[in-house]
Amino acid sequence: MPQTKPDGVTPSQTVGPYFAYGLTPNGKYDWNDAFNNNLVTPDTSGERIRIEGEVFDGDGAVVPDCMLEIWQADAQGRFSDPQDKRAVPNTSFKGFGRIGTDAKGGYAFDTVKPGVVPDPDGKPQAPHIVLAVFARGMLLHNYTRIYFDGEAANAADPVLALVPADRRATLIATRQPGSGNAVYRFDVHLQGDNETVFFEV
Amino acid sequence: MTLVYPVQSLAAHPPRLSPAYKSTVKRSPSKPLIPMRHTLSELTGPVYGHETVRANDHDLTVHGKGEPIGERIIVHGHVLDEDGRGVPNTLVELWQANACGRYVHVVDQHPAPLDPNFTGAGRAQTDAQGYYRFITIKPGAYPWGNHHNAWRPAHIHFSVFGHSFVSRLVTQMYFPGDPLFPFDPIFNSVTDEKARNRMISSFDLENTKPDWALCYRFNIVLRGRNATPMENS
Repeated sequence: MPQTKPDGVTPSQTVGPYFAYGLTPNGKYDWNDAFNNNLVTPDTSGERIRIEGEVFDGDGAVVPDCMLEIWQADAQGRFSDPQDKRAVPNTSFKGFGRIGTDAKGGYAFDTVKPGVVPDPDGKPQAPHIVLAVFARGMLLHNYTRIYFDGEAANAADPVLALVPADRRATLIATRQPGSGNAVYRFDVHLQGDNETVFFEV
Repeated sequence: MTLVYPVQSLAAHPPRLSPAYKSTVKRSPSKPLIPMRHTLSELTGPVYGHETVRANDHDLTVHGKGEPIGERIIVHGHVLDEDGRGVPNTLVELWQANACGRYVHVVDQHPAPLDPNFTGAGRAQTDAQGYYRFITIKPGAYPWGNHHNAWRPAHIHFSVFGHSFVSRLVTQMYFPGDPLFPFDPIFNSVTDEKARNRMISSFDLENTKPDWALCYRFNIVLRGRNATPMENS
């Protein structure tokens, strides 16, 4: 069939307030989850971690109708996508997770700490997870990254280097005290003084 | 800076702050977004097998014990990129109100009936050429609290992945000729008329199934990789 070139992309629209039964039913609706917030599979290698936090609006109020999606490399720095030509996945780790925030704006993901991924020049990027933020009141999702505190590689990361020093902390998940699997806290501020750095990609 | 996926494509999207849609006022960034190069993290994306989509997930009219109330419709189309290339094997998720304009979601308190035979969620995977097809019920318009006498035009929510994390798209499909278009701040948040019209499906008589269901076509255009050789610097 002959294809005519479209005159542009389909514009984005908000997920609205009612996405949960379709995208994040989580046992509350008569529909199954395509994805959830537990990325760990039995054969996944690497350090098990939990990332948790809350989402806030410009008034500091929690956002209970937000959807978060993460995408990350495995512990060896490989993406579960044939477009990653280096990928030789030895696990069933998919690297993608999705969750809706709860009534208090909270969320959590169980995953593994990602490995080092090269930048376009072949230089190493510090371990990071990419995060897309969707919500009622957001006509287009926001794109950001989760980095990890205590990571020496952060100092040389080419993306963190683009961010004004006084805003970098908004991208760094903070290790929480406690024993057992590492827990990192990463809050998302959609607007305001502590506004999370969002990237244009 | 030449990006692997041209950043110019983003101009079609609504501004994040669109004050006529009041909820954007406290949920849009107040600081400028920081441009960055696309790395492997942005240029890859989740890949799904057939296990994600079950046999009847695309037919929202067979998920209950009986047939849902309302006007049965076929919604189909082509997922393609800006250069007109089909996007094969990508996940398309859909959710919508029922024929009365009521969502199953617990927060929706619009005094219109729920339909025990209609949840309003579906998913499909595009075929090898990028085509998808759903069978569903035409959703109704419904009121919302944005301003006095505010009503959303009938719409179906779509979520699509595409080839990479930067081609991710969530949008809404509208129906042709809806009288509510001029009054809807979400539809009109897209300021370019041509871009706005890309969110409106077209009536498809050719694929309407006689004695059974009207058909609407909704093509979804995702960002495409730069056609020129990759020069990501």
